[in-house]
Amino acid sequence: MSKLAIEAYGLVKRYGEVTALDGVDLAVRTGTVIGVLGPNGAGKTTAVRILATLLRPDAGTAAVLGHDVTTAGHQARQLIGVAGQHASVDEDLTGRQNLRLVGRLLTYSRKDAAARATTLLAEFGLTDAADRAVKTYSGGMRRRLDLAASLVNRPRVVFLDEPTTGLDPVARGALWDRIRALVAEGTTVLLTTQYLEEADALADEIVVIDHGRVAAQDTPTALKRRLGSQTLDLRLADPARADEAAALVAAVVGTAPARVGERLSVPVTDGAMMPAVVRRLDDAGAEIAEIALHLPSLDDVFRALTTTKELTA
Amino acid sequence: MTQCLTLTWRGIVKLRRHPASLADVVFGPAIFLVLFVYVFGGAISGSTREYLQFVLPGMLGLMTLLATMGVGTALNQDIEKGVFDRIRSLPTPRIAPLVGAIGADVVRQVIAIVALLGFGLALGFRFSTGPLPVLAACALALGFALALSWVWVLLGLSLPNAQAVQGLGAVIIFPLSFASNIFVPTDTMPGWLAAFVQVNPVRHLMDALRGLMLGGPVAQPVLITLAWMVGFVAVFAPLALAAYRRRSLTS
Repeated sequence: MSKLAIEAYGLVKRYGEVTALDGVDLAVRTGTVIGVLGPNGAGKTTAVRILATLLRPDAGTAAVLGHDVTTAGHQARQLIGVAGQHASVDEDLTGRQNLRLVGRLLTYSRKDAAARATTLLAEFGLTDAADRAVKTYSGGMRRRLDLAASLVNRPRVVFLDEPTTGLDPVARGALWDRIRALVAEGTTVLLTTQYLEEADALADEIVVIDHGRVAAQDTPTALKRRLGSQTLDLRLADPARADEAAALVAAVVGTAPARVGERLSVPVTDGAMMPAVVRRLDDAGAEIAEIALHLPSLDDVFRALTTTKELTA
Repeated sequence: MTQCLTLTWRGIVKLRRHPASLADVVFGPAIFLVLFVYVFGGAISGSTREYLQFVLPGMLGLMTLLATMGVGTALNQDIEKGVFDRIRSLPTPRIAPLVGAIGADVVRQVIAIVALLGFGLALGFRFSTGPLPVLAACALALGFALALSWVWVLLGLSLPNAQAVQGLGAVIIFPLSFASNIFVPTDTMPGWLAAFVQVNPVRHLMDALRGLMLGGPVAQPVLITLAWMVGFVAVFAPLALAAYRRRSLTS
């Protein structure tokens, strides 16, 4: 039995002239969460659909828990759950009917399917809405039902394609909690996202996909370290003292800050730099109107990774 | 098998959830019937009663033509909304979503046929044959619809969205239904149109339905209709299944 829950070698998928995947390798250990990060059109969904047996690759192989997704798709489907953009629930049915439908399609008896639906509805906080049509659900409820529907068969590997895109922070948090609970039970999760923050919060390992290729695969910490840093942004109450402040900041951080309008922006490797900067400016009597420490954004990640690629190419 | 039935059940639940589409199935035929009988009936047949006798079997044929479109739009919507992938991500037979769509459609057709015949009888339509030929007429209409539904499956899988399916569907259905003997006897049509009517499969279906419901020659039109059905299945089922495989695995 393979220790790898998901493995893929050289996956290629073309749509006419467009190459969606251009040789993707993946290895995901059992019981871990892997975050697949990339902008729209990077090939995330294509990769997920291939791994979830929904799409056949033009080249390369992939296996889920040792079952080849193209030649042993039926076995693989017994062990996986899929939720997200592409595998969804029926808006015309109620939440309960959707889950019972899935149970019945898994050849559960009527009774077992109904019982499983009731359990999942309770687990996902949907009991009150269980008998309402899904089209009346909020975005967050819908995604929770989506996730619940992918878990009816107690899958060992779950694919989540942008599970929280378009959700408000509260709904996103609720969904994160459900995903964490899933992982605590030992389920392997592959999730795609556009948000570095989400991958950072949930994933043991992050794969960055860009233009159909794996641009980087590493732990969130290592990835961020590799990307350099966080950014310290600040604005003074008195803009006239910006030059003076820039010099003070440079003295503390060791790098001259960039000036964007009234703002000073400087990369820092250590979060502890912030109090040091505050103290120094305070000592100089320069009042700070606004100060913040930013994680690298997805834009930063991509700029950094694509630059690296161009340099090595 | 159970899985296909489950998906048919889903189609029925959806129908119940959508009062509008159910109304479409139940009242659509009734409204058509009333309009045609009372608007055109007198002018075409001299009396509305006579026209009702003439046009009711025609309506049965028209409805099967119109209703089959539902398979195409339903499949297309499932693909667009992601339900198709949900079903396919489960260990179900790959053909299950397709069979489910067709199964749900058969149920809808049966409801539509019962509704139409009920309204027809209420308006004063009378069968001049027995219960068996009438049942045979319904079965033939249903069979024709099923054979034709492969065309819609193909369109539903090949076209980008449900609107496109409906749009192209109308373009196909209107000539087939109006350029036939569904609504009027064909005597007054110009030669070129009469020639088209001669080869229009709907015309043979009509002859068969009228024969089975009102009496008259039955054997030949039924055989020709069956031949057309076999033809539809032979040509469009393989194309639709190929499109299905393509859509299932490569896009």
